[in-house]
Amino acid sequence: MEYEIVIGLEVHAELATNTKMFCSCRVVDSTQAEPNTTVCPVCAGMPGVLPVVNRQAVEYAMRVGLALGCTINNTSLFDRKNYFYPDLPKGYQISQYEHPIASDGLLVVDTSKGEKAIRIRRAHLEEDTGKLTHVVTDTENYSLVDLNRCGVPLLEIVTEPDIHSIEEARAYATTLRGILRALGVNSGDMEKGVIRFEANVSVREAGTDVLNNRVEIKNLNSFRAMERGLAYEIDRQIKIMESGGTVSQETMGWDDTNNCTYTQRSKEDAHDYRYFPEPDLPPLVVDADWVHRVQSTLPELPRARAQRYQNNFNLTAADATLLAADITVAQYFENTLAAAKDVPGKTVAAWILGEVYAYLNRTGEAFESLRVTPAILADLLIRLTKGEVNAATAKVILATLLEKGGSAGEIIKEKGLQQTSDPGQIAALVAKAIQDNPGELESYRNGKETVANWFFGQVMRMAGGKANPQVVREELARQLKK
Amino acid sequence: MNRLTDLTVTEAMHALNAGECSSLELTRAILERIDALEPSVLAFLTRTPELALQQAQTADEKRKELKRNGSAIPRLLGLPIAVKDVLTVEGIRCTCGSKILENFVPVHTATCVHKLQEAGVVILGKTNTDEFAMGSSTENSAYFTTRNPWDLERVPGGSSGGSAAAVAARFTPAALGTDTGGSVRQPASFCGVTGIKPTYGRVSRYGLIAYGSSLDSAGVLTRTVEDAALIFEVMAGYDPRDATTMDVPVPQIQLDSRTDLRGLRIGVPKEYFIKGIQPEVEQTVRAAIARFAEMGAEIKEVCLPHTEYALPVYYLIAPAEASANLARYDGIRFGLRVPTESNIEMFKKSRGAGFGSEVKRRIMLGTYALSAGYYDAYYGQAQKVRTLIKQDFEKVFESVDMIAAPIAPTTAFKRGVHTEDPLAMYLEDVFTLPANLAGVPGLAFCCGFDSQNMPVGMQLMGPHFKEDALFKAGHAYQQVTDWHRKSPTL
Ligand SMILES: [Zn+2]
Repeated sequence: MEYEIVIGLEVHAELATNTKMFCSCRVVDSTQAEPNTTVCPVCAGMPGVLPVVNRQAVEYAMRVGLALGCTINNTSLFDRKNYFYPDLPKGYQISQYEHPIASDGLLVVDTSKGEKAIRIRRAHLEEDTGKLTHVVTDTENYSLVDLNRCGVPLLEIVTEPDIHSIEEARAYATTLRGILRALGVNSGDMEKGVIRFEANVSVREAGTDVLNNRVEIKNLNSFRAMERGLAYEIDRQIKIMESGGTVSQETMGWDDTNNCTYTQRSKEDAHDYRYFPEPDLPPLVVDADWVHRVQSTLPELPRARAQRYQNNFNLTAADATLLAADITVAQYFENTLAAAKDVPGKTVAAWILGEVYAYLNRTGEAFESLRVTPAILADLLIRLTKGEVNAATAKVILATLLEKGGSAGEIIKEKGLQQTSDPGQIAALVAKAIQDNPGELESYRNGKETVANWFFGQVMRMAGGKANPQVVREELARQLKK
Repeated sequence: MNRLTDLTVTEAMHALNAGECSSLELTRAILERIDALEPSVLAFLTRTPELALQQAQTADEKRKELKRNGSAIPRLLGLPIAVKDVLTVEGIRCTCGSKILENFVPVHTATCVHKLQEAGVVILGKTNTDEFAMGSSTENSAYFTTRNPWDLERVPGGSSGGSAAAVAARFTPAALGTDTGGSVRQPASFCGVTGIKPTYGRVSRYGLIAYGSSLDSAGVLTRTVEDAALIFEVMAGYDPRDATTMDVPVPQIQLDSRTDLRGLRIGVPKEYFIKGIQPEVEQTVRAAIARFAEMGAEIKEVCLPHTEYALPVYYLIAPAEASANLARYDGIRFGLRVPTESNIEMFKKSRGAGFGSEVKRRIMLGTYALSAGYYDAYYGQAQKVRTLIKQDFEKVFESVDMIAAPIAPTTAFKRGVHTEDPLAMYLEDVFTLPANLAGVPGLAFCCGFDSQNMPVGMQLMGPHFKEDALFKAGHAYQQVTDWHRKSPTL
């Protein structure tokens, strides 16, 4: 039987605001900061405290909503989601339930089968929880609570069940990450847990539109975990169906160490969160002016940027998309371009996507930590375009720059790599090559024109690779015709 | 000058400003009276005499310095007050009348207390309350029941019973209270003192340990309307830390000796004079209304048709909110912790040991009302009816300026009579709940005594943010009567 996979994704994105969602504690890197150092009575859930909505978080949520083509709801409501857990100091999480800040959007992603539009059901604001560390030793067994992350603004972005393959899920997740980074609302730093996924997965016979029981998978904290979790779960469900069984509706967790899902809660044990409107917060009203202001200051998004690159620099769609997908890469490209006067965009793109990417892929280094800044790369490409070095030499220089740093000028000087374009010098070399190889000259004169290329190679070798190829060819053509 | 402990807020400020006494003398006199009589009244959960004396001394020094510089003297400089133990004061234990917070010392001060501190008050201590303000008698305090100074066998009302008893017993000229369903007005009535429950959104709830967040209001109990107005003015106002406070200017309340109430329209709701009301209460309140008429007010019968639903609506909304508000008492960060093997077991054991039975009852009620499958029928429906109750008031205020009504169906009852019957206890609040559900202000004051010599109170309720009108009417009434001057013999 052919199966169709039906996936809905929930993305929890921390918003990189200055302060927390409902208090004035600073948002810090919770993987770095000392535990419980950015905590106040409000985010610690002390008796008698009240939440106050962070306007910057609302604005960030609006940015994302607008970038995803959502309607920004004039009035949205905060609700209390009730459950007990040691990382949730108030015993409830302030979230948005029936009336989210943004709804009904669309995200177009690229897959190997072409464009795919995934509908966004909603995006709502909520607060993050704290972090628990369980300590188990031979003699002790206890849990530690760190509330630094508690109260950090989260935007939960929920798709319709429009995703039908793992590839689409990945494309959606990476595209969304690119947008969040372009908007400046999230670092996209997956290792720090600033983006986390939950997936709803079901499987049905292809070509039908039955809605089978879906399974919710939690704890998908990286792209890899998401893909593996989905693959594992899809496989599990297909096996159940093939053996004539029925998938039961439940909540599962992804175990990243053992690469499998495990049951967290069955349908019967499903949490009753007892949502009700948060009485401490009046309805969140966002007027049209504010929406317009945010809309008008939205930065260029990856898709539009790729289109622009394609149009302005005559790049292929694939190259343009690669350069535009991530804000760091795009800025690197644009900064290099700005510094590299008279160097065509296509050349800059080719060097970044070629040599720089090859280096990053080989070493696993991050783009952010490149030793070669846009200015350094631009300097090299200017020298190349001016003919000061040729392409082969430029590659060698760049390899050194990537490995060790420094500047093109230093390396050229140090290794004597200046390209020679001096016509006299080149003419002498060409003359010597012709003189030393009368046999080859003879066959050239007899009509074997490819011998010209052989002479070119000779001259370049004699010049130690530093001669300007263009000048060599011209001089060669001139002298051979004599 | 009166005995120092008999001074009202206004009189005390006058005496302090005129140099007739110092804050230290006043505070000492009060502390001595508390020392002598507290064992029979039991108004305080925590007393802070050393701190009070220190603050009084500081106030006296400050006054001297300001006088020397010719600077303005803060409005309440050197005035001793008591604070209900559900409002936080940094560094002073705050129990909410519960074992679960027996050793809880807050690190933050409630905004309304802070504003009073800025105005110069001296804090005498924290007054008894029903556990988490859930109750009408202080019998739900996990520590002890406060006695009514008029008859020590009777309750002072609740939940701000400690504050009401302290004011009546002359332990303090003013005490802060909170009113979620009548918790300022009903004890004011039982103890023969004055109390204001402000408009919801008028006084910050920051630092008010939440019971029913959409109903909780911080107010004050005093001996006179004039005093309540003065303290109210200092406490009130928008607070950036409470998103439900409204940015409405706080009026400067000008009270004078005029007693002419011509042009004032007072509505009397027939739904508040029901069967079961103690006849002497009805007679006394009606006599007081007649007194308002004599002063020139126009009295009209009005109709608040959804009054009878206030009780069930309140007992769905308040417990629902409480069930979430009280979820933070889990033994992890503060309060009682019963150690066990697992976290969740620890939650259960700590909460089981820390909460009293009325609190548990309301948590269960509220949890049930919010549960999947019941939400619409209970909490959802209650919110709809709440809107109708609000509309009742809005409609009535189109034709009258304020409403006059009894506060409680009875005068103070004896300890123990309602403890076995929660529903009978809930009925104590039928006349006070609607103002909380509608968010309107209510001013309570004494308007007579029953045959047992127990005080009878009445309330004036007005439109949102019209506290000043209530104060003016109440003050005029106290100009022509002297119920508020009567004092229990202890
Ligand atoms: Zn905080």
